[in-house]
Amino acid sequence: MSPLVFVALALAGGVGAAARFVVDGLIRTRFKTVFPWATFAINVSGSLALGALTALTAGSVLPVEWSFIAGAGFLGGYTTFSTASYETVRLLAERRYAASLGSAFGTLLVCVAAAALGYWAGSAWTG
Amino acid sequence: MTASSPRPFLRPQSLALVALGGTFGAAAREGLVLSVPDAGHLPWAIVIANLAGAFLLGLLYEALNRSIPGRARGPRLRLLLGTGFCGGFTTYSTLAVGAVALAGWGGGPAAPGLGWAAGYAFGTVLAGALATWCGILAGSRRTDTSAAASPGSNSTGANAGDVR
Repeated sequence: MSPLVFVALALAGGVGAAARFVVDGLIRTRFKTVFPWATFAINVSGSLALGALTALTAGSVLPVEWSFIAGAGFLGGYTTFSTASYETVRLLAERRYAASLGSAFGTLLVCVAAAALGYWAGSAWTG
Repeated sequence: MTASSPRPFLRPQSLALVALGGTFGAAAREGLVLSVPDAGHLPWAIVIANLAGAFLLGLLYEALNRSIPGRARGPRLRLLLGTGFCGGFTTYSTLAVGAVALAGWGGGPAAPGLGWAAGYAFGTVLAGALATWCGILAGSRRTDTSAAASPGSNSTGANAGDVR
């Protein structure tokens, strides 16, 4: 990886983190719920996009730099594991067991399904 | 566009702090990816980043929740190091796509199979929750020991952090 791509990846990560902050804020101000739907929506949409992007770069539709900058950079910064994990533990500490389980394993299963769907769609596009 | 937005997540200074932290978080994660050698089927760099980031976020939030209320740096540190750095350092999309690749749904000919995918995904989530919990414990212990040094001050707690 060239130094320029590394710097672009890092900056894209910063843009992704800022995008997460805005999306999180927009969802939280509209829906005040116990379950952390904002983090859920961010991680599911990011997993779907990364699945598609991975298929498109693997199929040489997009150059490999895209998987570094838009994938590992932007989408890596946009999605977050630490916040999802913190919300799971916080819900557990509040004895909201169903919400905690949903935050941990519901998010995981839907994100993996979204990534697979994205990959499938990207592969279909590649042909 | 108005400069003074009622919505804090559109404040330029907040966005800049999150973006700055996220830039360094993504750079640190990619540094791990480039430096941790491949061993077996699992993407160890992503495992390390997610677990270390989960621990750090638990530690940070617990320490900030217990810090002195009058101190103005708390919310900014939360945005820079929590939402920005830890959020950018850890990644859920790479975890999900990594599980898909391990399962062989990505069409990889040498994919180790569904058992590896499930072990990687569920293992990361379970170990991540444990890491977060350890981080919270570490964050509370740090402040508890300093609070215990001044007996009977539990109700006020105003200068617990000053006692060293």
